[in-house]
Amino acid sequence: MAHTTPEAYIYEAIRTPRGRGKASGSLHSVKPVSLVTGLIDELQARHPDLDPAAVDDLILGCVTPIGDQGADIAKTAAIAAGLPDTVAGTQINRFCASGLEAVNMAAQKVRAGWDSLVIAGGVESMSRIPLGSDGGPWAMDPQTAYDSYFVPQGISADLIATVEGFSRDDVDAYAVRSQERAAAAWSAGNFTKSVVPVRDINGSVILDHDEFMRPDTTMESLSKLQPSFAGLGDFGGFDAVALQKFHWVERINHVHHAGNSSGIVDGAALVLVGSEQAGKNAGLTPRARVVATAVSGADPTIMLTGPTPATHKVLAAAGLTPADIDVWELNEAFAAVVLKWMKDFNLDIEQVNVNGGSIAMGHPLGATGSIITGIVLDELERSGGRYGLITLCIGGGMGLATIIERI
Amino acid sequence: MTNMIKWDKDASGVVTLTMDEDGAGANTMNDVFISSLEETLDRIDAEKDDITGVVLTSGKKTFFAGADLNLIIQATPADAPRLEAEIARIKKALRRLETVGRPVAAAINGAALGGGLEIALACHHRVALDARGSEIGLPEVSLGLLPGAGGVVRTTRMFGLQKALMEVLLQGQRRKPAKALEVGLVDELATDADDMLAKAKAWVLANPEAAQPWDVSGYKIPGGTPSTPKLAAVLPAFPSNLRKQIKGAPMPAPLAIMSAAVEGAQVDFANAEVIEGRYFVSLATGQTAKNMTKAFFFDLQHITKGGARPEGYPPYRATKALVMGAGMMGAGIAYVCARNGIEVVLVDVSKESAEKGKAYAQGLLDKAVSRGRMAETQRDEILARIHPSDTVDDGKGADLVIEAVFESQELKTEVFGRIEPVVAADALLGSNTSTLPISGLANAVQRQEDFIGLHFFSPVDKMPLLEIVVGEKTSDATIAKALDVAAQIKKTPIVVNDSRGFFTSRVIGTFMGEAVAMLAEGVPAPSIEQAGLQAGYPTGPLALFDEVSLTLGRRIREEGRVAAQAAGADFPEHPSYAAIDLMVVDLDRGGRAAGAGFYDYAEGKRLGLWDGLAEHFGGEDLDMPFLDMQERMLFAEAIETVKCVDEGVLRSVPEANIGSIFGIGFPPWTGGVLQYISGYVSPDGTVSGPAGFVARARELAEKYGERFTPPSSLVTLAESGGSYQ
Repeated sequence: MAHTTPEAYIYEAIRTPRGRGKASGSLHSVKPVSLVTGLIDELQARHPDLDPAAVDDLILGCVTPIGDQGADIAKTAAIAAGLPDTVAGTQINRFCASGLEAVNMAAQKVRAGWDSLVIAGGVESMSRIPLGSDGGPWAMDPQTAYDSYFVPQGISADLIATVEGFSRDDVDAYAVRSQERAAAAWSAGNFTKSVVPVRDINGSVILDHDEFMRPDTTMESLSKLQPSFAGLGDFGGFDAVALQKFHWVERINHVHHAGNSSGIVDGAALVLVGSEQAGKNAGLTPRARVVATAVSGADPTIMLTGPTPATHKVLAAAGLTPADIDVWELNEAFAAVVLKWMKDFNLDIEQVNVNGGSIAMGHPLGATGSIITGIVLDELERSGGRYGLITLCIGGGMGLATIIERI
Repeated sequence: MTNMIKWDKDASGVVTLTMDEDGAGANTMNDVFISSLEETLDRIDAEKDDITGVVLTSGKKTFFAGADLNLIIQATPADAPRLEAEIARIKKALRRLETVGRPVAAAINGAALGGGLEIALACHHRVALDARGSEIGLPEVSLGLLPGAGGVVRTTRMFGLQKALMEVLLQGQRRKPAKALEVGLVDELATDADDMLAKAKAWVLANPEAAQPWDVSGYKIPGGTPSTPKLAAVLPAFPSNLRKQIKGAPMPAPLAIMSAAVEGAQVDFANAEVIEGRYFVSLATGQTAKNMTKAFFFDLQHITKGGARPEGYPPYRATKALVMGAGMMGAGIAYVCARNGIEVVLVDVSKESAEKGKAYAQGLLDKAVSRGRMAETQRDEILARIHPSDTVDDGKGADLVIEAVFESQELKTEVFGRIEPVVAADALLGSNTSTLPISGLANAVQRQEDFIGLHFFSPVDKMPLLEIVVGEKTSDATIAKALDVAAQIKKTPIVVNDSRGFFTSRVIGTFMGEAVAMLAEGVPAPSIEQAGLQAGYPTGPLALFDEVSLTLGRRIREEGRVAAQAAGADFPEHPSYAAIDLMVVDLDRGGRAAGAGFYDYAEGKRLGLWDGLAEHFGGEDLDMPFLDMQERMLFAEAIETVKCVDEGVLRSVPEANIGSIFGIGFPPWTGGVLQYISGYVSPDGTVSGPAGFVARARELAEKYGERFTPPSSLVTLAESGGSYQ
């Protein structure tokens, strides 16, 4: 019997607004599991004909899966949301791309034909579980760190800027642009459809917008910020580590700071992925098709250059060329990461991250990949474009990419 | 086998154990010791009811000397299982000692370094005799090893990770007893042997329930473990700062120590010891520890014990030195002489210049006083020994001459003409030159047999080496005298025969020359500097060339060319020459002193590499393998050294090794420039020795030029399976 690979469709993509990732942030009082259950409730409310028993699995990206986010928060959230016992759950960690990896894995499951309907997504409460608090041998085991030239990501970002010759003004200009675009996107209502306000147990709205944004940011206001990673590079010894590997570079130009790096925030997102049949059964209309996915490794010290090989790979897998892509989205982990990717693919700034990104709105690690999937989907629908390409740079030296096609 | 640990129980029930191996100058951690310790522990167990406590001391001048390095230098990876078993046996015995059920105090009567201190750390209390010359510490890292008998585990648990690593393990600091008390390695000081034993006994009697802190319930490692958030926050900076500190040099010991400490802090004591043992064995069976043990223990011992000194000459002690020239070198020489009890007449063209030279000593001594390292009276005594003068006549009767005037044959000849009639008739006539042939300079004096080169390194007060250069007519008696002077002023001497540039200047020139050759080929300057540093050199080659001065290097080269032509000899062009000419002549960048070289300088500070380098030399070639860059420099020096051996410039292997490390910064991990060949490790990681070196040299010759062709003596040595010993 001839076998046809089923298509994987995206039926829904929703997210919480992003709260400042500190004790003063609006979402600090909200448990990470509640960020997820609120979205599951919304999913069910939006699609009353969707039989939750048809959901095979809940895959959640979470980068620091300890404490409030520990012990498989995905299955815990499924239980807490009251989904049927048959709905499984798994938490995954592809560092900063976890939320996109969840989407990709869901699509792969569906295309394999072994699952039909999967909720993908991610969650991170960075105000509660600080970045890096789960340890791990790469940073914490001296032998591993030493032999592999481990440096923190900020050093890597500054190394990219140095190698590529991006000045402080270059990266700051990009950051200002991100703020302007995020503000414009919010005021134009581009996010209204997908951002679900977070409510408390009494139904009161806790947060309904991305509160990290600073739309009044200017080149001048950024110029007052001190580089964030110069001290780490010097007293932490990490510049020496990076330069010993990138020996043709004499010194690192530390250009990144809090204003041109992604923001530390709390948030969650969900993306509903299923087969054609599963959608029909639930009375759902497919919004996009997952065309191709790709993952690639990259040098672990400069670390954040993975989007380039991942982008090449995903284009090849999709049988497409850059000219076919209408919406280009790369997570704004650091300004230099985006500038380098634009340079590699000869992209104009008008084509990239047109609704702003993590520099303006924040990067809730485990959720971001799902968040920007939703943003690209909305943008394709808004602009009438066909193909969108989503990619993120990743700790440890990786890149993940996905191409979706608007239906 | 008789027990080397003497048992002596007193009326109060305290057993004094005295370690004293028959026929050995010092106690070492050999089989006799381990068996004796095990037997002694059995006896303590058997007679425990009648024992109130134990005091462990030594019958030698030192407490205990540590591991038997003769055994370690022979261990190969195939010996790993045996070594692991041996180290486990030592650990087990020391663990029994600290859990024997009776208080144990160490009475440290003399030096306790390495294994000696590890034994003491396995006691509950340490009383150290404040003996002159006694040193306490864990210096294993300086031999490429780690303290494998519980030293890492116990110091980590005593002090916490940060202090143990920074203050005891990674630098291998040796401390006088008083300093060891300050840092907490010992608990009490004693003024004499009786006081020491009395204090140790009193302590065991007063502490019948003594136990190690880590054996008391509720114990926590000071400062926490890697899972303690406060430590976890800084832990990632441990290995990065280690890389920064050792500049990426291939030295496995510091990282192994750090790893053993950090990993060991995450598990119980017994497993921590297992982890420490594995890292110890990995170092002990590796090549670097062999290299470093050969250089810093065996070769150095050969030199300090007078291996180069001609026999049959009476010991010599200088009492009055005439130092000619009060510049940087002369001032430093005057200082080290005065510091070591020699009256110094420091002569320069004017009294004022001579005074300036003395001021240099004053500066150094004032600093020592302000830092509490020297008493004011001692400073004043030393300074009083330096007599600035503008006439050689004040050097009347001097028994030591060290001429340190400008590097010019004419000037030096003129100066010696004035000196010789004034000083004692049998005075040692020394010339501090770094390049001028000694036999030529000797023509300036009547007593050519008393004339010798004394090549000091800058800054004289810091650099440990003295290169003694033997001219054609220099007598053995003079060599013996010069070596005695070196010992007197606490310099490590090597003796070499005369040649242009002797050994050190000649060889270091090839290092810098190779770096400039690469620059000229278009290798980025930062890569060249990193290649040098990551090969283990203390300074990048271009920075060093700036310090030495490109102008001076070029002048020496041209003098060499003239001399070669005069002698009808070949003077092959080196690929660095044109680049140096361009820098010095066309670009007016002669080095640091000129304010511009390969680097930019401002107000005496080095800023960064000059950005014009790329314009003139390219600097776009990212294709040359990094290992090639490193090995081009190492091989250039090693091959030049072999030529020095061939030409009889070098007189022994230990002098080549020590001279290269102490004098010209050849990487310490290699064990010195000839040991680098003997212990050569091929790019694929196998220890291939001279044969591998020859093969690799031919590869480099093929790729980069004939200068890498291995000399035939080396090829013969490699083919015979020999090495430089």
